[in-house]
Amino acid sequence: MTFKRKDLLGIRELEVEEINAILDSADSFKEISTRAIKKVPTLRGKTVINFFFEPSTRTRTSFEIAAKRLSADTINISASNSSVTKGETLIDTARNLEAMAPNAIVIRHPSPGAPHQLAKLIDASIINAGDGAHEHPTQALLDAFTIREQKGRIAGLQVAIIGDIMHSRVARSNAHLLTKLGAHVRVSGPRTLIPPFYDRLIEESEGSLTVCDRIEDAIASSDVVMMLRIQRERMSEAYFPSLKEYSVQYGLTLRRLELAAPDCIVMHPGPVNRGIEISSEVADGTRSLILDQVTNGVAVRMAILFLMVGTEGE
Amino acid sequence: MKLLIKGGRILDPSQQMDRTADLLAEDGMVSSIEDSISIDDAEIFDARGLIVAPGFIDLHVHLREPGDEYKETIASGAAAAAAGGFTSVCAMPNTKPVNDNASVTRFIIDKAREAGLARVYPIGAITRESKGEELAEMAEMKQAGAVAVSDDGRPVMNNQVMRHAMEYARDHRLVVVDHCQDLNLSAGGVMNEGRYSTLLGLKGMSGAAEESHVARDIMLAELTGARVHIAHVSTAGSIELVRRAKAKRMAVTCEVTPHHLALTDMAVVGFDTNTKMSPPLRSEDDRSALIEAVRDGTIDAIATDHAPHHSDEKMLDYDHAPSGVVGLETALGVAVTMLHQAAGIALARIVEMLTVGPARAFSLHGGTLTVGSPADITVFDPEREWAVNPQRFKSKSRNTPFAGMRLNGTVIATFLSGRKVFHIE
Repeated sequence: MTFKRKDLLGIRELEVEEINAILDSADSFKEISTRAIKKVPTLRGKTVINFFFEPSTRTRTSFEIAAKRLSADTINISASNSSVTKGETLIDTARNLEAMAPNAIVIRHPSPGAPHQLAKLIDASIINAGDGAHEHPTQALLDAFTIREQKGRIAGLQVAIIGDIMHSRVARSNAHLLTKLGAHVRVSGPRTLIPPFYDRLIEESEGSLTVCDRIEDAIASSDVVMMLRIQRERMSEAYFPSLKEYSVQYGLTLRRLELAAPDCIVMHPGPVNRGIEISSEVADGTRSLILDQVTNGVAVRMAILFLMVGTEGE
Repeated sequence: MKLLIKGGRILDPSQQMDRTADLLAEDGMVSSIEDSISIDDAEIFDARGLIVAPGFIDLHVHLREPGDEYKETIASGAAAAAAGGFTSVCAMPNTKPVNDNASVTRFIIDKAREAGLARVYPIGAITRESKGEELAEMAEMKQAGAVAVSDDGRPVMNNQVMRHAMEYARDHRLVVVDHCQDLNLSAGGVMNEGRYSTLLGLKGMSGAAEESHVARDIMLAELTGARVHIAHVSTAGSIELVRRAKAKRMAVTCEVTPHHLALTDMAVVGFDTNTKMSPPLRSEDDRSALIEAVRDGTIDAIATDHAPHHSDEKMLDYDHAPSGVVGLETALGVAVTMLHQAAGIALARIVEMLTVGPARAFSLHGGTLTVGSPADITVFDPEREWAVNPQRFKSKSRNTPFAGMRLNGTVIATFLSGRKVFHIE
């Protein structure tokens, strides 16, 4: 097996072989979800804790279904943001979790690095399900899986990522992953929402990462356009004037999509703000893979749980 | 009471002295420095092979008392100072209550006298409760013993209030010390804004957030004629502003911390909360600019910004962990290792920034071994290597980014008014 890590914390530190091992493994797990009885005994007797410090429906559900289809016992713990601000230390969190003897802990936390800090304190495998604006490795893996499934490859593809680049862990993890696999990634959005040195985010790789001033330049002849969710609270922080102006200036419409390659696919990590970052015609159109992403999320997370927990002790 | 320090290399930049000699202190004062002194009734300290310097002065420490005694007390902070070779420390006013009136100032001085391990000079608040609104009673605090005023950590945002503070402080011969940070520009920031904040997804504080306030303070100093001291400069841009002000012979001084000279924002990769401080660790370009500013004399003082926090607090996630690191007990080692050994800066220059430089910035006594001055003396070995073990700190807190690091430059003994307050085990 080419995946030997205790934890999956981010894409940045992964080798290309490890990424491919997960994607290849997901190929075989995808079939299970198409069966009448969608369950295999692979993780029987193993415990997976979903520990979410931020509200999340789709990622948590996706992990839960993935674990259940592998016959693992799953427990969901939601910690409200208030327990974070109350200042429960990570060591206390860690000790409480350890006491339940889990095999894997899937963690989402609003503060970048929290899963990394916990991983140093806990023997169980930690899977990062999103840490602030830092990384969301399983989302990037399911996005790559979806692209590979559609296009047959990732190397050499032009991928546009549009929107709130600054606050997006999805964009960061995808920038790392897609460039490692040789894609050429162009990001764009309002300059207020693109952090400095973004083009220097990635290590040396086969691919490339470029920041475009105009979203049209990012979309032009793209094979993949990935739109990011814009959060309303960014408006009150003066990142842009209004949702209306945002949708006109930065939203993906059929007209803008015409700039892309004819067989371009459209993706979105969800949940979608219809009519704001993406028009309904595009979101529901034939080129949209938004629901495929959700389906593939289960397969990719099954593969990750299998690779990290299923081979323990062998 | 007599103390005879024999055979050391006496390094005293206040009088351009660098000679191997004996130093005699009587009744707490330096009484003579001669090639060889013989006297029967003195305590002898053998300093052969060691450097004998004026006691170090730290313009910027947080002693946490009153209010947060679980982090540090004046006594434990003074013990940490002595262990780090510091005989004088200036205590920032952000205690609970804030040192914004003479009764708190007197409390600090009394506590320090009880501890008897270091001179503690209180810095008073600029505004009541450091809220940035009404001026604190500066003149009364000065009479009680405050040496400067600052709203450190809660910088005065209102430019008009700052202007009045400078005018008033000038009349009362108080230095205005500013932690330069535009709180709007830096809102939510937990590290330097740059490649690493982008990589880690942590909110950054731009250099401009610091520099815009440095520029403001220099403009207001020019307008008011006040003496302004820029605390912990951390960016190349701030250095440039201070350098220009000094070229115009303005009364502007500045300090730099050992951690900003030694580390960059790359240290945040890994999310160790002991790399979180304000101002944050900056880029390598900024660090290089700070070292050049040490070399060319722009920097007046090395100050630690010693900021003790309990390890429970530092165990929080990066966003929520408090800012600050302890520094008194690692300052000399970091300075010798990073400035002398790595950057080739003379030991005399390092000693200058630890002694006469800070003394002049705040018009403090000390920082010199001239005959007749207090026998505050630090004896150190610039070669001797040691490994930083936070468990052995005299400070109550352990929050250092240098844990495990091997440093050269070890404090051997510290004397306060001729009395030994620290001797290495």
